[in-house]
Order: sequence, then structure tokens, then C-alpha cells
Amino acid sequence: MSEDTATAPAGAPPRPRASGVTTFLASAPGRNTGLVVALVLLCLVGVATAGDRFADLDNVLTILRLASVIGVVSVGMTFVVTGGGIDLSVGAIVALASVWATTLATQGMANNSHWLVVVFTALAVGAGCGVVNGVLIAYGRIVAFIATLAMLAAARGLAEIISNRRTQIVNVPGFTAFFDASVLGVPVLVLIFAVVAAAGWVLLNRTTFGRRTFAVGGNPEAARLAGIDVRRHTVLLYTLLGVLCGIAAVMLIARTTTGSSTHGYLYELDAIAAVVIGGTLLSGGRGTIAGTVFGVLIFTTLSNVFTLNNLSISAQAVAKGAIIVVAVLLQQRLARRSTA
Amino acid sequence: MSRKAFTRLLAAVSVGVALTACTGNTAAPPAGQAGQGGAKVANDEPGEKVVIGFSAPAADHGWMAAITNATKAEAAKYSDVELKVVEGTNDVNLQISQVETFINDKVDAIVLLPFDGAALTPVALKAMKAGIPVINVDRQFDSPFAARSTVLGDNYGMGVSAGTYVCDKLKGKSDAVVAEIAGIDSLPLTQDRSKGFADALRECGLKVNNRVAAEFTVESGEKAAANLLQAAPRIDAIWNHDDDQGVGVSAAIKNAGRKEFFLVGGAGSANVMREIKADNGLHKATVVYPSTQGADGIRLARLAVQGKSLGDLVEVEIPRQVELYAPVVTKDNVDRYLPAAFES
Repeated sequence: MSEDTATAPAGAPPRPRASGVTTFLASAPGRNTGLVVALVLLCLVGVATAGDRFADLDNVLTILRLASVIGVVSVGMTFVVTGGGIDLSVGAIVALASVWATTLATQGMANNSHWLVVVFTALAVGAGCGVVNGVLIAYGRIVAFIATLAMLAAARGLAEIISNRRTQIVNVPGFTAFFDASVLGVPVLVLIFAVVAAAGWVLLNRTTFGRRTFAVGGNPEAARLAGIDVRRHTVLLYTLLGVLCGIAAVMLIARTTTGSSTHGYLYELDAIAAVVIGGTLLSGGRGTIAGTVFGVLIFTTLSNVFTLNNLSISAQAVAKGAIIVVAVLLQQRLARRSTA
Repeated sequence: MSRKAFTRLLAAVSVGVALTACTGNTAAPPAGQAGQGGAKVANDEPGEKVVIGFSAPAADHGWMAAITNATKAEAAKYSDVELKVVEGTNDVNLQISQVETFINDKVDAIVLLPFDGAALTPVALKAMKAGIPVINVDRQFDSPFAARSTVLGDNYGMGVSAGTYVCDKLKGKSDAVVAEIAGIDSLPLTQDRSKGFADALRECGLKVNNRVAAEFTVESGEKAAANLLQAAPRIDAIWNHDDDQGVGVSAAIKNAGRKEFFLVGGAGSANVMREIKADNGLHKATVVYPSTQGADGIRLARLAVQGKSLGDLVEVEIPRQVELYAPVVTKDNVDRYLPAAFES
């Protein structure tokens, strides 16, 4: 990841206050040309090598279903990174939320706990962890990297304690059935991802909250002088990400029928990778939800194409590295052209 | 890797380890059932006091948690054994310093399941030089001098057992599609399992048509299986290396609504065995990889210190190496293995 993207003349430099222009650019279709090209290339490779098996509706839905959980987390990560922060604890929060929720579903209360209890527990745990992260960073003045590193360790440790490192299998009637269902042929999980992505796009590009996020990420001092409560806003950003981790945990419970302290392993890296190749600046002040969604789809499609061709995990990891570099390079070239 | 001993010893597998399940939907087996392995022999009479240090990797999945629980339970059965358990870790440096602490504390014996056999070899050698017998469990040191005795699961044999079972079930189907869902691909144990599986399939003219690797976790099992099912429109048999990740594999299969194949598990978790017993799912068999190896390590350590030998052998000393068998559990014999199985 090159640091000079921040200073490269790729679009307008981050301004003290996000103008409508920056906001427009951040969401302009032109920004994502490189990603679309990369994704189309990947799909062509898929069709060329695996033909009907790749271009099959079932397979496309499988890709989307696999992308959904990490996708929801990545949308939240886009907000935090745009706001000038970083969160390394997302995977651990997903694990903790999944374990906490399934503990309720599998122990004493199991027989009479409604599945809504499971869902709201996960959301509450996610939100709680997010609040702790935000408060430590905004009011405790701890660097985001360090504060969330602490949360990464603590949340996963707590998940191991609560679950006793056991996989907790859920049998709450109706719960998995609801999430495994499809509406008009689209799996519920994919719909959730679509709703989260759409709502995230609106929130970032069409609301005061979004504009404040750009401002806080671009120049916190200027944002403060402009009357934005930067610390409060920072807490809100991490809380939003925490809630989305809670949603991801519920989706994961539904998909695997389990809560486990091993869930969400390395999500932080996958989410940050998706956000970065999507075109969100790691230094804050510029972010794109659409780019992030493409980033997630690229990684998920990659692993699907490799599996269809029976190739090894190691080769997949090499390709993943190459894709990140190529996508970012494409992104910069084409973005420069589209804004020139 | 030191050369494998060709002699196979069937170690009596001690059972009756009542693992307290979190899931709360299982009745714990009654402890100490007669007629199962580990019959009462003169060896069980209390002897001189033995202090044993035990170190293992972090119990981050069901099988490893079961190893540690069974070890503690086994030590508790003996009034003359005092067990010092250190926190399980996947950090090789930390594990080395744990063993060094055991040496400094002058324990009588060390039972060691190394996170990485090669990395822990020097410190095990140091313990042996200090006159402390080391019992090496599950992952082998790369020097024959580093352990007094070694208890091993048979990873290659697991693959062979699974492959042989698949061959039997698919008799005569020369065009059968066989898929494999491996564990962590970088581990030698995974490579051994896959090699055994491929070798056994070759015997009956089959091969692994589709292979994916997961990471022993539920989530990774679900991901790998979801992609695998897309890659192979028709499958006749799947061998999944590990029943912990198998929970995720089963979820993916349910989501995809596929039923045309049968599943063979690995390691031998209680929930998979219950499914085999009920005969209402896709799991028709699982290959046991005993989670009681640490417990056997405790017994061997105690015997080594007290100068006794294995009850059913003529020898004066305990053996150098005990390689445990990897039996296939099916509906016909599941009742024998279920009591010793671990909960995911």
C-alpha cells in the first residue's frame, strides 16, 4: 500500500470541509471503472476455465452469499476508515457476538428464547464493543490501531471463555430457516447485504452524518472549528461498525448453524483490503461504499474461480496479493483519467 | 521426521472421560465403564508420587480441547499423580519456556504435545539430558533422543481408512466423483492424511476429483464446502478431514440442498457419531483420531517414573512408540466409540 495515494493528484485533495464536489467524486461511477474492469476480467477467466459451472445462477448466488457476511463488515469499515480511523477488532467482535448470542440460544434459555433474542443480543454485543472502541479512541486518546488491537485480543479471549472454546450449535426453530430462505430467488443473506450497502451509500453520500464523516477524516481540527463534535462523531462511527459486526455475526450463525470463538478469523484484513482496493483512502477523508462492495466481490469471485478449477489455497493467496496491487494501480490510473 | 516404526501397537484407549458439554443436549457418559480399555491391572495400585508437567497447544477447536480435558481427567484418577498444567499456547517460544520451567522445577516427567514438533525438539532434548523422561504426544519431535516414549495418532492411516471405506461403498463405480475437504494445508498432518486418502483410492482405481482446504474452523468449513459444491455438480463421496469444521460443511450442504453423496468425517466428534447412529444424515462414517492421546501420555509417564511396564506386554519397560489405530466408525460399531468421542 503506497502512502503517496494521499498526495497523488488523484482527484481533489482532501479539504477541510467536504464540498459537494468531493462527495460527488467519491460516489461517481467513474471512480470504480478500474474495479469493474478487474471484476469483469475475473468473470471472463471464470467463464473461460469453468464455463457453465461458473456462469450458473446457483454459483453466482453462492458467490454473493459468501460475500455477504464480510461485505456487511466491510461497509462498516468504509465509514471508520473514511473518518480517519481503523478497526482491527472486527473479526473478534463478530466471534464474541456470535458466541454470546448462541450461548443464550443453546443454554438454559434455549427452549423458550425467541430467535429475536439471539439477533438483538448479537447487535447489542457488537454495539457495546464499538462504543468501547470509540470511547477509548475519542476520549481516551488512544491511537485507533492500538485501541482496536486491544479489543481484538480481549473480545476473542472473552469469546473463548464464554463458549469454553466449544462450537455452539443452534437449534432455535425458525431462526436458521428464516435466514436460509430466499425472497424471489434471492437468499435473505444477500438481501441483507444489499440493504446494508444501499443504506450505507445513502448515509455516507446523502446525509449530514456522511458529510461530517468526510470532514472528520479529512481534517479533524478544521472539522472541530467548523462546529462538529469530532469526538462524539468518532464514537458513533465505531459504534456503527460494531452494530454491523453484530449483524454479520447473526448472518454467520445462520449460515453455519453455530456460534464459535473461531468465527470471523482475519476479517479485519479482508475488510481493510476490500475497502482499500475499493478506493477509500486509508488516511481518511475519502471513501466509497460502491468501491468497497466491488472489492468484496472481487475477492469472493477469485476464491470461487480457483475452487472451480481445483487450484490450491496457496496459489489463491498469491493471486489475492497480485489482485490487490493490480486493482489499486488500475483504480489510480482510471480515476485520474475520469477526473482530469 | 524420524523413520516411522513399522510395528503397530494397539493401545488400549481409555474412556469414560465425561466431557461436560456446553451444548447441554448430551447426556454425559457414565465414568469408568468396565470392559472398555484400560482394565484394572496391578499397575493402577498407587506407587511413589509422580509430578508430571503437561503442555499443549491452545485448545482452539473441539479436538484439542478434548485432549486437554481428557489429560486432566486421567491424571485426577491417580492419587499418586500430581499434574502441572500450563496454559495452552500456539506460540512456540512460549511453549519452549514452559518446558524450561518444568525442567527448573525438577518435575518427574513431562507430557508434551508440541505446537510444532521440530521447534520443541531442542528443549525436549534438554529435559531428557536432565534426566526427566519426556512423553511426546501427537506431533513428533525430529530426534529419536528427545522423547522416552511417543504416542502418535496415525494421520496417514486416517487417510487410508477413509479411502478404503469410500472404495468399499462405491464398489464398481469407476466414474465416481470423490471430493476431499482438507484441514490446514500447511500442516504435515494434513499432507499425511491426504496422501493416505489418495493412495487408498488409487487401489480401487478412483482418485480425488475435487480438493479444497479449510482451517479446522466451522466458518472455514462452510466456505470451502459452499465453493466445492459449485465446483462439482455431481459428487459421490466426500471425505472431510475434521469433524469440527464438519459442522460448517454440513451447514453448506444443507444450504445447497444437495443429497446425492455420502460424507465421511474425521477425528470422530460425538455429534457426528450421533448422526451416524441415527442414520438420518449424510454422514455415514467417521475416522477416529483419538483425542485421548494426552491421557495415554499421562499413563505412560507415570509408568516410566515408577519403573513399571505396560500391563498387557511382556516387556520390562514401556515401549518407545505407540501408534494409535484410526478405525472407521459406522452405524454398526458406533456404540463402541461414542463414549470416548469428544464434543465439538
